[in-house]
Amino acid sequence: MSIFIDKDTKLVVQGITGRDGSFHTRHMIEYGTQVVAGVTPGKGGQLFDDEVPIFNTVKDAVSATGANTSVIYVPARFAAEAILEAADAGLSLIVAISEGIPVLDMTRALPFVRDAGARLVGPNCPGVISPGKSKAGIIPGQICQEGPIGVVSRSGTLTYEVIHQLSKSGLGQSSCIGIGGDPIIGTDFIDCLSAFEADPETTAIVLIGEIGGTAEQEAAEYVSHSVTKPVVGFIAGQTAPPGRRMGHAGAIISGSSGTAAEKMQALETAGIGVMRRPADVVSLLREQL
Amino acid sequence: MNLHEYQARALLKSVGIPVPDGDVATTPDEVASIAKRLGGTVVVKAQVHAGGRGKAGGVKLAKNADEAHEHAEKILGMQIKGLMVEKVLVVPAEEIASESYIGVIVDRASEKPVVMVSPAGGVDIEEVAAQTPEKIFKQVVDPRYGLLPHQAMELGFELYGDVKQVRQAGRIMQLLVRAFWNAGASLAEINPLISTPAGDIIALDAKIVVDDNELERRPDIAQLRDVSAEAASEVEAREAGLSYIQLDGNVGCCVNGAGLAMATMDLVKYYDGEPANFLDIGGSSNPEKVVTALRIITSDSNVKAILFNIFGGITRCDDVANGIVTAASQIDITTPIVIRLTGTNEDEAVRILRGAGFEALTDMDEAVQQAVKLAREAA
Repeated sequence: MSIFIDKDTKLVVQGITGRDGSFHTRHMIEYGTQVVAGVTPGKGGQLFDDEVPIFNTVKDAVSATGANTSVIYVPARFAAEAILEAADAGLSLIVAISEGIPVLDMTRALPFVRDAGARLVGPNCPGVISPGKSKAGIIPGQICQEGPIGVVSRSGTLTYEVIHQLSKSGLGQSSCIGIGGDPIIGTDFIDCLSAFEADPETTAIVLIGEIGGTAEQEAAEYVSHSVTKPVVGFIAGQTAPPGRRMGHAGAIISGSSGTAAEKMQALETAGIGVMRRPADVVSLLREQL
Repeated sequence: MNLHEYQARALLKSVGIPVPDGDVATTPDEVASIAKRLGGTVVVKAQVHAGGRGKAGGVKLAKNADEAHEHAEKILGMQIKGLMVEKVLVVPAEEIASESYIGVIVDRASEKPVVMVSPAGGVDIEEVAAQTPEKIFKQVVDPRYGLLPHQAMELGFELYGDVKQVRQAGRIMQLLVRAFWNAGASLAEINPLISTPAGDIIALDAKIVVDDNELERRPDIAQLRDVSAEAASEVEAREAGLSYIQLDGNVGCCVNGAGLAMATMDLVKYYDGEPANFLDIGGSSNPEKVVTALRIITSDSNVKAILFNIFGGITRCDDVANGIVTAASQIDITTPIVIRLTGTNEDEAVRILRGAGFEALTDMDEAVQQAVKLAREAA
């Protein structure tokens, strides 16, 4: 098994004809993902790469193809609306890759998504991959390997680094989720931890956090009472100065809160093995398994 | 993006929040003429993006225009926390009966804006929150309805006893929420919000932080950016689409992806080195970006070694390697460079780089250790 996506996932790509959308759609198809539809308003009726039907609206795409998951590559200024459209069309999972969505747009979009009963992953995230089964997003398939480790992370390339370390050592992954680097996101660490805990194929979990906010502290607290599987964690930004946004909109130490030190302390208190550097993931997991 | 007090004040005024009269000036003569126009005692306030202006001598009372001129001569051009004061705000000195705090922030936990108020105004609100959290009152704002009148009144009663003042304060809170939305802010605060002996409620100082992601669609706000308030290298980086923050160390870091960039800095520290910067070049292998990145890093004279850490996922490592080789041929670099690339086409990338005379590695730890060692030897 895996979480969120698998072989039965039927994907619609919002922004399929854009530069990023078309590039990543080809990679998703190559990986074996069922990409059943694309959406670009005005291009309905055309085919993407002679194989994927394009629709004008998500609603049309869903009724014609039975798509159940959307992945969004549209530019930031249209992305919040794209999320709303996906939720309105009844999709159960929406993966928003787009970076740079104004946070106030998300404060409006998210209640709508939750009321519609949809799960949003992201925005500003690399998406989800269930190795060997399906991928919705941009995580490079070739660095992943099928296996029992669940990975959840706030970042992109740092996640790839950790996945790479795992695969290199023969520790394959059940699913890898990038939840996104923005202050307001749809799916948080706890949602993923609880899904991994319930997934029989997953035997251990890697959590990759960073400075800013308190999501890691809350995740640690959750692990201490609700996760029985071994968890190891990493926090990026131990050397980050306070008050500066470190690339990700959500990666900022405000005053003295949201530091790497306090997060690492919280992980340790919850019995989570704390990685001092990305390469520690393998030895720590081996200790715990 | 941080706005200056005088800019934030103008935004508050534009939605109808009462702020004192006054104006901004760049020369002592302008300051004197504003003071003369205002009459009576005035306050000359340095406009810099730094807290603790008062303690640093950047805020002064002046009884008349001559005294205002004198203060302006000292304040204009002074440094506060490394930032040069180029503008001052001149406002009448208000008589203060009480000081409160009101602010709006985006709250991660509730995923919505939250209005925060406190009767303990005029001091650092983070300190109030840490030491006397019972003096802070909050109301989550539903973006569909805004701050409702009764919610504003409830908060107002935490600040004032007189219902007329409660109403005034409540109205100001609602207007502040409007200003917050108008600016695309992640924070908007009035500290202090004062009551005068006559009973009026006035916003004496204002702070607005704008979400950088809003700037593209809000050119009126974007043009408020004061590039003189930022390090030149950070301005250059931003204009080139790079995310760069200068630090004090000597290992220059150039990484793709923000999380990996932070982890790289942390690893430099882990191996007893000091990172000179945070720099995310993004997913692109565009040689132009690499050139700009190298120019920015090498312009920091503290940098004794440069470390590239590239995870080629969908970006191909050989593309990035070619970008680095092209970039390095365009600028004269004497600082040693260590390059680590892993992922798609890494072998080809290493061959390209070694062919051009670079240290090319595939292991992150090994590359960081080498860069730290080179920086130490050069220091």
